[in-house]
Amino acid sequence: MTFHQKVFAVIVSLAIFVVIISLVRNRKLRAEYSWLWLATGFVIFVLVFWYDLLVKLTALIGAVAPTTTLFIFGIVFLFLLSLHFAIKISELSDQVKNLAQKISLLEAQIEKSSRPM
Amino acid sequence: MNENRLIIIPAYNEAKQIASVIESIRQHSDAEIIVIDDGSEDKTAECAKSAGVLVIRHPFNMGAGVAVQTGYKYALKSNYETLIQIDGDGQHHAAHIPEMFAMVENRRCDLLIGSRFLKDNPYKTGVLKSAAIRLFRRVIRTITGETITDPTSGYRCMNRKVFQRLTEDDFPHDYPDANTIIVLHRMGFKVTELPVMMLPNPEGRSMHRGIFKISHYFFNVFMAIFITLLTKKSKG
Repeated sequence: MTFHQKVFAVIVSLAIFVVIISLVRNRKLRAEYSWLWLATGFVIFVLVFWYDLLVKLTALIGAVAPTTTLFIFGIVFLFLLSLHFAIKISELSDQVKNLAQKISLLEAQIEKSSRPM
Repeated sequence: MNENRLIIIPAYNEAKQIASVIESIRQHSDAEIIVIDDGSEDKTAECAKSAGVLVIRHPFNMGAGVAVQTGYKYALKSNYETLIQIDGDGQHHAAHIPEMFAMVENRRCDLLIGSRFLKDNPYKTGVLKSAAIRLFRRVIRTITGETITDPTSGYRCMNRKVFQRLTEDDFPHDYPDANTIIVLHRMGFKVTELPVMMLPNPEGRSMHRGIFKISHYFFNVFMAIFITLLTKKSKG
């Protein structure tokens, strides 16, 4: 890895840390959703200073160039992130549905009890 | 008023028909009627209220499955014993209501489905919907050994045990059709059909119309059936 590549990768990983921490601090991102992003920044940081790990990973998955490994892991990361959000959306859909039904039923109950007998 | 019986009408943008549907039901039953307005953009809720029934109004549109489930939850909370669901677009003939209630109350079945295919009907199904119905008929027969000729019919009568089961979170948000029948059958509930008169939708609308909707429908129902088959059988 050239010096320029190392500097760029360190900047990217630090930028991820700073942005995620500030989003959590300003309550725009909940802490429980920040770990996957922080893990990404951490992995980039580790690979910058432990290039041999990237080379070993490349050999392990049978890729030709280390850049391919990075792209593959990037895609896997995006896939996991999408799956994580899809699971959360499914949970939220059920919660929103139950909540909306509860509100509707309570409103109907109030209306029914205020009707003349 | 019969305090054990409830009739629920799930409705979405049915302002033109809802009052006449309520009126026709009243001619055949003294059961309490409620309308579940699934976030209509027209005056469905106002028209139903003017007709003198209780309206449960969803804050936004959530799908036909959620609308009927809200009705089941209301029935469960209000201690009803038998429930009929009937569409708000006037397709279902209300004259069958007394017979449907009687069949379920006399324990001839737990879930009764009004079938348009056991009687001569003016109702004509589209090519895609017709193919879907034939396919799901076959799927139900293969899995349960029972013949259900009209698995997509929304004209249904059920006892408390059935609607209590259908208030659970695995109930489909949009299409509670063949998948629900299979779930109930696997739990040991008796599902039967009754020949009913069904009319075409006065505005030619259908929730299964169009290639996108029908593909979405196929996927959702098949996925639900597949997951049901992977789940261990339990008693109702």
